Amino acid sequence: MSATILFWAVTTAQIALGIAMVLALARMISGPRAQDRVLGLDTLYNNSMLLMLVFGIRTGNSLYFEISLIIGALGFVATVALAKFLMRGEVIE
Amino acid sequence: MNHAADLPIWATLLIALFLLIGAGLTLVGSFGLYHLRSFYDRIHAPTLGTSWGTAGIAIASVIYFSVVESQLVLHQLLIGVFVMATTPVTLILLSRAALYRDRTENNRDVPPLHPLRNLPQASELEQDSMATHKNAGEEQK
Repeated sequence: MSATILFWAVTTAQIALGIAMVLALARMISGPRAQDRVLGLDTLYNNSMLLMLVFGIRTGNSLYFEISLIIGALGFVATVALAKFLMRGEVIE
Repeated sequence: MNHAADLPIWATLLIALFLLIGAGLTLVGSFGLYHLRSFYDRIHAPTLGTSWGTAGIAIASVIYFSVVESQLVLHQLLIGVFVMATTPVTLILLSRAALYRDRTENNRDVPPLHPLRNLPQASELEQDSMATHKNAGEEQK
């Protein structure tokens, strides 16, 4: 009973996060300007981080937690660097 | 799904509730990112996923690992705290960069940097008041 409930909840959450990643990817590809693409990339990073957490619940393995922590840190650094590039034209002055 | 059969029913329902809240809010936020019209509308939408989306899935993960390992596991809240601390920084930097780019291109959709400088009424009023002051000073002499 509880295994069935958990299985369907995890599957629904994974499908929802997969659709969310596809929507963010569509915005990243079709964004009219560069800042739209950067925002789509940031959302894609965040959605993939959440998807890794849900994978951790599905398998019961705590290794996925470290993967999602690394994805979150890299997404933060990437978005800050791209925003700095859009503002100044170079990352490190 | 190795240990899922051992879970009590209240823990399962709580995990399912928080998972569905988190994943649903993230989906709504990403749909808003795809659907909204201008960039300044769009930048609000993914914060649904970074606030309660991340919090819901992190809380579900905390409950699952705490019940399975029968001790309190709070690792996953670290991700929630990290994301909530870094999202405003990145989005403020990104929106300031977008505003700077729009202003350098003289885009009509964004407000100008000095709103009063471009209004003819304001400058004329200022000149009028200065002229009257000058006239009053000359009359006193």
